[in-house]
Amino acid sequence: MTTPLLSLQGLTKAYPGVVANDQVSFDIGEGEVHALLGENGAGKSTLVKMIYGLVKPDSGTMLLRGQPFAPPEPRAARGDGIAMVFQHFSLFDALNVAENIALGMENPPPMGDLASRIREVSETYGLPLDPYRTVGDLSAGERQRVEIIRCLLQDPKLLIMDEPTSVLTPQEVEILFETLNKLRSEGTSILYISHKLEEIRTLCDHATILRLGKNVGECVPSETSARDMAEMMVGSTLQTPERSGREFGKVALDVSGLSVPSPSEFGTALRNVHLTVREGEVLGIGGVAGNGQDELLGILSGEILTTADAVKFNGQAIGNLGPTPRRKLGVLTAPEERLGHAAAPNMSLTENALLTGSVREGLESNGFLKWAETKSFAEKIIEIFDVRTPGPENAARSLSGGNLQKFVIGREVLQNPAVLVVNQPTWGVDAAAAAAIRQAILDLAAKGTAVVCISQDLDELMEISDSFAALNEGRLSAPRPTTGLTVDEIGLMMGGAHGMEVAHV
Amino acid sequence: MDLGEINPVLLVASLMVAATPLLLAAIGELVVEKAGVLNLGVEGMMIVGAISGFAISVETGSPWLGFIAAAIGGAVLSLLFVLLTQFALANQVASGLALTLFGLGFSALMGQGYVGIKPPSMGDIHIPVISDIPVIGPILFQHDPILYLGIALTALVWAVLKYTRVGLILRAVGENHDAAHALGYKVIKIRILAIMFGGACAGLGGAYISLIRVPQWTEGMTAGVGWIALALVVFASWKPWRVLLGAYLFGGITVLQLNLQAAGVAIPVEYLAMSPYIITILVLVILSADKSSAPASLGRTFHASH
Repeated sequence: MTTPLLSLQGLTKAYPGVVANDQVSFDIGEGEVHALLGENGAGKSTLVKMIYGLVKPDSGTMLLRGQPFAPPEPRAARGDGIAMVFQHFSLFDALNVAENIALGMENPPPMGDLASRIREVSETYGLPLDPYRTVGDLSAGERQRVEIIRCLLQDPKLLIMDEPTSVLTPQEVEILFETLNKLRSEGTSILYISHKLEEIRTLCDHATILRLGKNVGECVPSETSARDMAEMMVGSTLQTPERSGREFGKVALDVSGLSVPSPSEFGTALRNVHLTVREGEVLGIGGVAGNGQDELLGILSGEILTTADAVKFNGQAIGNLGPTPRRKLGVLTAPEERLGHAAAPNMSLTENALLTGSVREGLESNGFLKWAETKSFAEKIIEIFDVRTPGPENAARSLSGGNLQKFVIGREVLQNPAVLVVNQPTWGVDAAAAAAIRQAILDLAAKGTAVVCISQDLDELMEISDSFAALNEGRLSAPRPTTGLTVDEIGLMMGGAHGMEVAHV
Repeated sequence: MDLGEINPVLLVASLMVAATPLLLAAIGELVVEKAGVLNLGVEGMMIVGAISGFAISVETGSPWLGFIAAAIGGAVLSLLFVLLTQFALANQVASGLALTLFGLGFSALMGQGYVGIKPPSMGDIHIPVISDIPVIGPILFQHDPILYLGIALTALVWAVLKYTRVGLILRAVGENHDAAHALGYKVIKIRILAIMFGGACAGLGGAYISLIRVPQWTEGMTAGVGWIALALVVFASWKPWRVLLGAYLFGGITVLQLNLQAAGVAIPVEYLAMSPYIITILVLVILSADKSSAPASLGRTFHASH
């Protein structure tokens, strides 16, 4: 057998209170696309940070082509041919593309030469980019191209990709895969981290599964079903959310002909948006982030006020009402950003329960707060939604992302909304918790609530929504029933591939 | 009232002198803020520089040694800010205010024995031929070396930020310190160097007041120039040449209004005294209407979490 490109042997890294990686060993061969799978907190990020030299392992060794490899810093790892595309883009918004790329290189050529090399490489791999554009103005897909090209310019032997497809349209994913396949055929190895099991099945040669920091198994993804891989990740059988057939009632939420400029500088204005949701219906709204999702949520929640008639609830004009009067009527929302928007990070769960629950749950009287009732409301959320926390007195910040998400969704669900609007309800949440949240949304709809679910996870939308519409540059497509919708049709609704083309070399 | 008493050549020449302390302090703070750090202690570092420079030049008789001591004094005081914000991860606003209060008190203590003394003067540069050109000569070519250093520093900071890798890394750290860290740049180290540069510049600016502009030592003699420098950086949209423009505008109107007061113009003195602030702010607000904005990590505490 040939020497693998990179061999990890017994890597261990502990942080106070948690062992992030415990004796992890596996090999990545030359020209192999190797998947790294695991739930949130399974230790994937720590592992790749060790390979990239950002974190030093407590024990264990790495061999690069049989030679001991222990990069003290990312610079050394880059020097040895290891490149990484980060999950949260490591880009600088105010700088231009060429400057961003120069920052990720060891010895960048002068700007003029670099710009022409960027053009050359980006065209070779079908990822066109203008080196002089400011990164802050680029779409998510284009930003990722910047990261990828930054890596490619250094002729990497191993390319690490952390959740690369979470922000892309299906067409963009296809083009990314063409590029990765081309790299593989040139002998580059790829370590690919993703939650999306179907992608891993089409792309990867080999998969390693981490659970709670341990290597719990390996498989060949193309020969293993997505469900089996998910169960290996979770370590137990997975519940698929069930949806019962149900009748829709009258129209609960009606938005017609709405055009609103964005309140933020880099935001997207909404243009002529129409939507109606009936009682008991789940409307899924897809689309790549930054196409007006935040603005749409703001309009439905009452954070952005419009003319009264633009938004109607049961026929009543509510467009000019703020969040609190809307909550009183039964229109509840759960925004995307958990820390800072849906929850106040430094306040306890009890206080956070009060913040949105006070109106409907009667948690205050004459300006005084009813702490006892609030605490029992928080405890009820924690119990029903299985939020893992020592108790409601803990700060929201101390909860893991998935647990806090269960809390903020549960907080709205338990207030018996007539209309519930959620944005990215399972963003960054592991499979088991995501299934629980989706089930809760479906149960709510079964009781007659009209639900609007904004999400970038298409599988999720297909699973829970009755009709589907997509946001693209602030325009909402006409909603269509979910049953029978194909991925191609969805991709077109989402606006296609934004000018990308398939690799042609 | 006799506006004819105002000599335009002297006016322009003295506005450059009036602007230099502000320019030096502001260009230093610009570098600090470009690295993502908000140091509100400029006033404190200036006054400490003013007394350090004054004391050393009186003791040694050399204004040059005085300026070097002022730069060192400002930089050493900025190390206190480094300690608080980069290692103890304290709030930058509170630490900066503390630095100013500490600097004002500490300089008063150091300056006890220096009140009423005249420092050795630094001669003006006199270049044969060009210094003797009428009008242009006295305006541009008959100043002290530190004034030219201020202009040279502005040019240097502009060129380094725009054309060099060091400048690119500095901007990157100020723009997104997490990403810079992920790429392997030493965020804390770069910030410490930037803060010390800012301290040294503020110290020079302070010493320019006590050694050249005034020249004597009185308690609290920087009289808010450090605060104006802070505002200037913001209104100049973090652009070096605009800082120079703003500083000269402010210096110019300060000198002009003093001249107008002396000439007995029938405008109440209070209005004249506030005019430099109002006009500088107005002009720079109009200039900063373009889309350039603050470094995105400005004032945020960086802590490598892994």
